Amino acid sequence: MLRQALLYLMSGNEAIAHAVMDADVDVVAAYPITPQTTIVEKLSEYVASGMLDAEFVPVESEHSALSVCLGASLTGARVFTATSSQGLALMHEILYIASGLRTPIVMAIANRALSAPINIHGDHSDIMGSRDAGWIQLFAENPQQAYDFTLIAYRVAEDNRVMLPVAVNVDGFTVSHCYEGVRVLGKEDARAFLPRTPRPRLEYETPITVGAMFSSMHYHVAKTEQAKALESSLNVVKEVFRSYPMREEGYDVVHAVNTDSPVMVVGLGGVMGTFRHLGRRMNVGVASLRLYRPFPAADLLPSLREAELIIVLDRAYSPGAPAPPLAADIKTLLHTAGLQTPVWSVVCGLGGHEIRLSMAEKLLQKALKAVREGAGANISFYLGEEVNTP
Amino acid sequence: MITRLDQLPAKEAISPGHNACAGCGALIAVRQILLAAPRPLIVVNATGCLEVVTTPYPYTAWNVPWLHVAFENAAAAASGVEAALKVLERKGLGRRHNIIVFAGDGGTFDIGLQSLSGALERGHRLLFVCYDNEAYMNTGIQRSAATPPGAWSSTTPAGKQESKKDIMSIVIAHGVKYAATATPFLWKDLVNKVAKAFTFDGPAFLHVYAPCPRGWYTEPDKTIQLSRLAVETRYFPLYEVENGRYKINYFVTRPKPLEEFLSLQNRYRVLLRPENAELLQKLKQEVEERWKRLEALSQQREAPSSTHLVS
Repeated sequence: MLRQALLYLMSGNEAIAHAVMDADVDVVAAYPITPQTTIVEKLSEYVASGMLDAEFVPVESEHSALSVCLGASLTGARVFTATSSQGLALMHEILYIASGLRTPIVMAIANRALSAPINIHGDHSDIMGSRDAGWIQLFAENPQQAYDFTLIAYRVAEDNRVMLPVAVNVDGFTVSHCYEGVRVLGKEDARAFLPRTPRPRLEYETPITVGAMFSSMHYHVAKTEQAKALESSLNVVKEVFRSYPMREEGYDVVHAVNTDSPVMVVGLGGVMGTFRHLGRRMNVGVASLRLYRPFPAADLLPSLREAELIIVLDRAYSPGAPAPPLAADIKTLLHTAGLQTPVWSVVCGLGGHEIRLSMAEKLLQKALKAVREGAGANISFYLGEEVNTP
Repeated sequence: MITRLDQLPAKEAISPGHNACAGCGALIAVRQILLAAPRPLIVVNATGCLEVVTTPYPYTAWNVPWLHVAFENAAAAASGVEAALKVLERKGLGRRHNIIVFAGDGGTFDIGLQSLSGALERGHRLLFVCYDNEAYMNTGIQRSAATPPGAWSSTTPAGKQESKKDIMSIVIAHGVKYAATATPFLWKDLVNKVAKAFTFDGPAFLHVYAPCPRGWYTEPDKTIQLSRLAVETRYFPLYEVENGRYKINYFVTRPKPLEEFLSLQNRYRVLLRPENAELLQKLKQEVEERWKRLEALSQQREAPSSTHLVS
């Protein structure tokens, strides 16, 4: 029986810190970087005041933050770190080791642009650069989801069928620093939702060797098994999403509205709220991915099947590639399903470049007009520049 | 204090059958260290020869829990292990272990220096052991910051021109309570330093001189002789620093000529040519200055008879 959930006014970052406290995390290791910093500042307060019984390890770099988490996780401890941008880039090497060693680390990423030119504002360049590191990728759209997904992340990561690290992504500033009322589970219910499950760990009585040298053949087998584990974690994520105790209906890995509209907008993160707001008014469909890796293809496809035009929003780009990251995923999905729906690949909001309601509205008007006129071309452009496109 | 072989535990933490080269100084040192390390024990290993030769999957030479993450972050990973076990013990979910980190000179002097510095500064209770064979042996004998002047490596074909980084001073500058040098030739000195290191509540550092037959172009049966000559020529002085106090553990009153040590190693073949007399002089001068500085720091002018550990 769920206790009465308490409502607090919290930023996205504070909501994450609160979830980490509720999850009874044992080790927090972090290095400051904007816009993540307030997560670990809050956690250091919780630890210092005794609200959270954990070791706070103030490391000398993000590379070491994730390395500390790795070592700690392999003792059976529940661990947490958070980062952004350059910090995530500095961790890059260790991201692969964390997933390869199957450590259930949870990391919050307050998504931010990568240098150069240096910029501290939000976009998805950082996480897209780490897209293939073998982590489960969740995207929260608001502080409430930031809280919920952090708890969900632990339950997924530590599931014996999964044993993989999970990244909880929140848009830098627009979610990380946005204050909203957040309902929290509270310690008892959160801990009931997150029982401690035994797993192999570094212990003198039962010695294990972790991080051994692999030959080509064994490496190939191990990586294939790891990839399969990530793919099959989809069902576990869905199961945990559905069973999340604070929402009667649970969460869906894809949140889609107005799916009978001829125009569908697909994207990740906080900007999807803007498009949902417009979509209701303009009768445009909006599908928001709360899970990005493993890619929930089967859950997304039904909402795209009937569309006549699909707009894919990417807050990152992939220089020289045939399409930016999410657009490439969607095009692959459509092709695999035998669909030839035209895709407008829209790169938007780089480095915190504002995505104004008027810009979004203009984009949707153009799309609706194109559908009425039967235009069926694949095009790519940057939001704010679409006036120059056909 | 361990003074006889039979005082060492019978159970080895590292098993025979690993893939190290014959005469590998690192493996001899590691075995000695592990025999002396108090249990329960966890080993964290940086990328390097030791990691590669002991864990060719699906085999392992380790009878103790062992973790390898990457080249430069062994100290950080060990910090995580240490911090986690501290809180798990508090919560009744685990217990504290003694932690040994093994890293080569690359994983200590060069790429591993940052995470080592971080771990020392934060004061995690662990023993960081650098097994120093003076080059990147695992990748094909390239120079590291530990490579001495005049030594050949595959990236210093004319002999290294620069000095060896003074890792001990760097470590000691962090204010660690215990740091020491050792070499497998004086095994009693080595094992007692390991045991002592764990009596301090904080990080300890052990700089172990580990001859490498492959990288030094020496005969496998010369490893112990070389580690002895390194000490007796004053090239690698044995000393310890306890709470900031220096103590020379093996006082070399009449050093053997450095050439005696160098001429056994084919990596110095270029250095020993007449045209490189200047470079040889640089090396000799560094050795002499290191000893003088150490003598001054330790305030020992006479050979102390009681600490003479050779039996």
